[in-house]
This record gives sequence, structure tokens and C-alpha cells, in this order.
Amino acid sequence: MSPLSTLTPRTLKKPSPARSRLRGGARYAPTLATVGLFLAMFAVGAGMYPSFLSGQVFLNLFIDNTFLIVLAVGMTFVILTGGIDLSVGAVVALSMMVSATLLQQGWNAGAVIVLVLLIGGGLGLLMGLIIQYFDIQPFIVTLAGMFLARGLCYVISLDSIPVTEGFFTGMAQAQIPLSGDLFVSPGVLLALGIVAIAFFVLHHTRFGRTVYAIGGNEHSAMLMGLPVKSTKILVYALSGLCSAVAGILFSFYSLSGYSLAAQGMELDAIAAVVIGGTLLTGGTGYVLGSVVGVLVLGIVQTFIAYDGTLSSWWTKIVIGGLLLVFILLQRLFARKAG
Amino acid sequence: MNEIVPVVEMTDIAIGFPGVKALDGVDFRLFQGEVHSLMGENGAGKSTLIKALTGVYTIDSGAITVLGEPQRFSTPGESQAAGISTVYQEVNLCPNLTVEENVLLGREPRRRGSIDWKDVRSRTREVLAELQLDHIDPGSLLSTHSIAVQQLIAIARSVEINAKVLILDEPTSSLDADEVNQLFRVIRDLRDRGVAILFVSHFLEQVYEISDRMTVLRNGKLVGEYLTRDLSRMSLISKMIGKDMEALAELDQAPARTRAGSGAGATPFIEAQGLGRKGSVSNVDLAIYPGEVVGLAGLLGAGRTEIARLFFGADKADEGSIKVKGASQKIRSPRAAIDKRIGFCSEDRKEEGLIGDLTVRDNLVLAMQASKGWARRIPRRVQDELVAEYIEALDIRPANPDALIRNLSGGNQQKVLLARWLVTHPELLILDEPTRGIDIGAKTQIQKLVNKLAADGMSILFISSELEEVLRVSDRVAVIKDRAMVAEINNDGVSVEDVMTVIAGGAQ
Repeated sequence: MSPLSTLTPRTLKKPSPARSRLRGGARYAPTLATVGLFLAMFAVGAGMYPSFLSGQVFLNLFIDNTFLIVLAVGMTFVILTGGIDLSVGAVVALSMMVSATLLQQGWNAGAVIVLVLLIGGGLGLLMGLIIQYFDIQPFIVTLAGMFLARGLCYVISLDSIPVTEGFFTGMAQAQIPLSGDLFVSPGVLLALGIVAIAFFVLHHTRFGRTVYAIGGNEHSAMLMGLPVKSTKILVYALSGLCSAVAGILFSFYSLSGYSLAAQGMELDAIAAVVIGGTLLTGGTGYVLGSVVGVLVLGIVQTFIAYDGTLSSWWTKIVIGGLLLVFILLQRLFARKAG
Repeated sequence: MNEIVPVVEMTDIAIGFPGVKALDGVDFRLFQGEVHSLMGENGAGKSTLIKALTGVYTIDSGAITVLGEPQRFSTPGESQAAGISTVYQEVNLCPNLTVEENVLLGREPRRRGSIDWKDVRSRTREVLAELQLDHIDPGSLLSTHSIAVQQLIAIARSVEINAKVLILDEPTSSLDADEVNQLFRVIRDLRDRGVAILFVSHFLEQVYEISDRMTVLRNGKLVGEYLTRDLSRMSLISKMIGKDMEALAELDQAPARTRAGSGAGATPFIEAQGLGRKGSVSNVDLAIYPGEVVGLAGLLGAGRTEIARLFFGADKADEGSIKVKGASQKIRSPRAAIDKRIGFCSEDRKEEGLIGDLTVRDNLVLAMQASKGWARRIPRRVQDELVAEYIEALDIRPANPDALIRNLSGGNQQKVLLARWLVTHPELLILDEPTRGIDIGAKTQIQKLVNKLAADGMSILFISSELEEVLRVSDRVAVIKDRAMVAEINNDGVSVEDVMTVIAGGAQ
């Protein structure tokens, strides 16, 4: 699962049929604006703090946000269909609690991971089925899913549970050296692998194109004979699965399970997707944009850390401001297109 | 063509919804290489029949065979797999995707599990070229094209599917004349290549121009199947509305109105010149004088309600002008219309007019309160007086101000709706189907009331599907056909048949 060679910024420029389809037009303007914003922020950072302009600072954006990248991938699928998934943060916490508890009881790491993936995917599938067959707003169904998953965390334990199992601590400490003294964590490779798969699925499979079609006009998609029902259900299952993966990645990162962890992370994921150029109304956006969205959120945090005097709550304020600006931008683009 | 097996054969089809039989024992046949029109007024069951054939609705009973194979569709996908493709009035494609994707969505050619975008491009070019639409860039976004082009792209999609049956549901309703010609060229081309085409349109002239045969439905039942060249426009219309000429002539014996045309010489209350709206109606020249009732006559779906909505500002006109009391005005919203003392009793009193869960009093007061502004509450005593006055004047039953609207009969609901507008003292009252679905007694009361209001100096625009009623109430009649006003007749002894002749009247 590591075709990451297809994903470094350099090889992305390689022309492929999909690239030529991606080229040109206002379609990419929101995403390009995000890329521009990211580069500008990086340049400003480099100007203010000499040590900012280092490869490792850039790589740390990935290392510190692997779980958010994976969440944003799942969320991109959901939002592209015009839906929303509020449960992802709570499912991350639940995945961490389940892993920490079972590992403490001596379960095998592989078995724990499989079980966690099944729980996350299963919860997502269940929510998708309810949304589709009872025709209920995704907002409400996934809100219920959020309370359920968070509640289950409290049932498991109110206290933080440390993870001391060998595989997890190994993953937490492992560094994969790149050129020079640069390195990434194994989680980064996994997250980027998932991004690559998501990109392929969205742009090169019928399932992916159906996701876009549903977001463009669900009724039309139905009348065109596309498998609308199964696609919508699957999208929530995918998001649940991504949440479980993100939970495991977060466990590698934090080496504990805590029922209050990942509070509000669903909103970070939604913010990253929107800042990355995906329209909340569905049908327009790119998974690579969502990754850049995560990097933008990451660089805001890095700024606060470098400054040292600002409260970390400034991250939230800046993200809120950015979100507002990007939603207004989207509205402007939509008006022009319309 | 009798010996040929039909491409589509529907036998004894029935579909019901709660409280309604939308289709009841309908037979329908569609042959290869023909354009077949499905005719009927709104609500006759045309859309339901199409949706049965496209798998949107599942039939309750009856049988569908496509190319000799019995079929029972429960999803649009199944219908498409059987070779049936549909282009709807509101184009059902995805605006956020490219032309080529829309043409091939769900059937993209794949190589080793991945969509082969090069092949997508070349296949799209091929099918566009086949339809002489090479000027369309396959890589452009669908939303950058006009509705007309989008419709052609939808047709390209069905050609790509290799559809044996192409259903066109009101394809021309938002196209201009050139675009219609282009569409017809493509339709004829496909017909000559053996595609069976089912065409539905409200435009009589287009139906006569393009179709070879027609099937007429009325109230969910089959009236008959005819060759277009054997069925005159007159007999088609009488089959659609369900009354033959003799019966219509007799009904006309009813006494016509005997009110002096009060308008001559005076300034009209409202005067429209060349009024129209793209995709809705065009070419409305109509003046209504104080104290005059003007009727709109035309088939259901001809554009009567659309004209009313333009007068009331519910839709914005994009061509022509309106004068109110001689002064040029733009009516941008219902609010603006109400300020100019125009009232509109809508066709659909449940959806757009009355609030069923409020009482008679509340509904009456609502309009009055809205015109006074929300801040100044109307005192209960004044409310009581007014409500009692209107209940008596219009003979609303039960004469109980606190009865819930939804418990009143249709006729009495209609009277409450009328009263609601009368409370605001409009100078022009637009009545869209005010007597539909109400009993004969209430109907007569409402007709009398219309006369009385006009006698008191109000201008009234009266819309009804019942021609005899229009003639009984109106001083003048404007004839609407194919979404344009085609004639204006002074109602001095005009018969229903005369109006029908105008509606059926030859080419545009």
C-alpha cells in the first residue's frame, strides 16, 4: 500500500489523461487558491523565522496530521455527494479506546487493527443505510452516530489508557529516512497511499464518477441509471473506515486511548475539505485539494508554535476566518459559473 | 405497419397513488421508425405513463413488452438496459461534469479497471459527429451550454446507449424556434434510422409537424390511437377535453352575460404589451378596464397560469411592458403587485393560497395584516366585524369564524380565499381556476360574485378550463395557444365552438 511515488509533488506534474482533464478553467480555481495560500504562508513563515524554511518543517506538517489527512479523504467522498459526516471525530476516539483497551488485555496488534477497521466501517455502513433507506438528513444521522461513538468511549473507560504494545510503540518511534537527515513516519506513507488510492477511485473508476454525479444532481444521476443508492451507502462506509484508520494512526501518534480525544476533529476535517476547494453542496472538488487544506491547517498551527506567545486557540480563530473566506470565495465562483 | 411487432407494447396499464387512479387500463403501442405523440391535458396521465415505461414508477397491473420481451421495470437502470432512453423537460444530466462524461456516465469504457479517458473522448466525438453536433467541445462543462444544447447532449447520450426507444418529454418548452428546428432535425434523423420516438409536447403545431401517430389520454384513461394525418386539430382537442362538438354547442345555450362593456374610451387598469418570459409565455397584448371581466381561454398547459403569474409578479417578465393606470410599471414581485392593488387567487388553493391548519378568521386576517404591516396588530373587534361581514357576503359555510380551513368544502375554501383578497380591496383580481373541483351551487355563487365585483368597478382576469364558464362570465376573451396569446374576442354571442376553432386554427 505504498504507491507514494505517484504522489510526490514532482510526479504530479507528469501529464496523464487525468491531468489533461484537470487542466484549465475556473473549475480548479478554488483549489489553486488554496495551493497559493499555502505557498504564501510558507514564504511568510520563512521570512519571519529562518528555521521555518526547512524540509523537515514541511514534512512535519504531514507527520503531525496523518490522521487528519485520512479523515479528510473520507470526508471528501461524503461531501462530494452533497452529504456530511459529523461522526468521524468520535469514531477516531472510539477506535483509539478500543485499541488501547484490547492491547492492554494482551490482544495481538494485527487482530486489534482488523477489529477496529470493522467497527469503523460497520458504523459508517449502518449510518449510510439509515440515510439512504429512511431518507433522513446525513447531518442528523451522523450526529446520532457521533453521540453513539462518543458514548461508547465513556462506557469503555473514563480514564486515559496508555498503549505499551510493541508494534504500536514501534510505529510511534519509527522514522523512515529520506535524503539528507530528512525523515517521515510510516503513518505518512500510509496516509499518502490512501490519498493515492482515493484519487484513482474518484477520477478513474465508475464509482468515483458516480460520486461526482450524485453531488451534481442526485435525481439526474438516478434517472441516468447510475447506482445512486449503493454509492451513497458506500461513501459513508468509506468515511467510517477512514475514521478507523485515522484512529489507529492517532494511536501511533499519541500512544494512548482517551475518551475525550479528537473532540471537534470532524470539524477540522470538514474545514480542510472546504478550504481545499470542495463545495459543500457537492459535485465539485478534489481529494488532493483536501490534502492541501490539511497542510494549511497544519501550517497555521506551526505558526502559533513558532510564535510561542500566542495561545493555541488562535489556531481555531485563524481556521474559522479562513473557512469563512473560502466559503465566500466559493459562492463568488459559483455565481460566476452560474 | 400492422404486421410489424411493436417495439414497445403496454397493455391494460394501471397505476394508482393514494386517492388517485393516475392510469387506468391504458394500452399503448410504439413502432420502430415512428414519432408517436402522447396527447392529453395536464393530469391526463402522460407523465405517469412515461414514468411507468422508464422505471421511475412500478405498474400496479398490466403488462409491458419491449421488443417482444415481457418487462417489469422497477428502476430507471432496468428500463435503460432494455433499450429505453428518456430526455426530460428539465434536462437530467449533471451540470458539474463535462459533456463527454455526461454522454458516457455509468458506461465509461475501462481498461484494466481504470476508465479509459481517451476512449471516452473519441466515442463522444463519434456520437456528436453522428448527430452533426461536432461544434460541441466534449471536454467542456455541461453547465456552460444552453438548455437547448444540453438537451441535444442528452439525446447524444441515448444514441450512445444505442437506444431503441427515445422518449422526449416536453423537450421544446424552453427552446426558441431555431433550437426547435435543430432538435426536429435530429429527431427525424433518428427516426429514419429506425429509432422509435415517443414525443410529448403541449405545442399542438409542433405535434402536428413532427409526429406520425398519436395516442390520446384523458383522466388516466385511453381515448384512442390515431394517425396524425387522419385526426383534425378540432377532433383532437375535443378528444383531449372529452366533449364532442354537439355537446359543446348545446352547453353554449346558457345565457351569456349582459353587462355593457364599460371599458371603451377609459384608461385600462392594466395594459400589457408584448409581455413575455423566455421559456414561459410570449407575446401577450392584453388590456383590462375597470369594471371588466377578461377571460383567458386555452387548453390546460397552454400558458394561462403563466400569464397570470407575470401580471402578479410571481414570475418576472423579461420582454414587453406593463402599464398600470396608464403609467409604465415594472411588477417585480407579488409584494409590488399587491401594492398596486392586484390580487391573485391561485389555481392551487391548498399549496399556494390557504393555510389549512388555521381558522377562517386567521386566513382572512392574514392578508389584511400583511397589507398593514406586522407591527400594527388589528384589534380583535375589527377582525370580528370584518370576518362576520365576509362570511355573510360570500355565504361561507359553516358560518363559524373559528372553523379550520381544511375542514371546509372546496367551494367554501375557495370563497375564503376570495374573501382574503377582497379584504385588501384590490382593483385587479386574478382568478385562476376559481371553480375547479367545487360543486355546481358554489360554482354559480362564485360566478355571480365575479359579476357583482365587476359591476362595482373591479377589473377581473378570469381563468378557467371550462370554456362555457369563461364565456358566461367574461366581457372579452383572450385565446392562449402554445404559450402565446393568439387572439382576442369580444364576447358578444360567441359560442364555445367559435373559441375552439380559434384554438385549433391552422398553422401559426
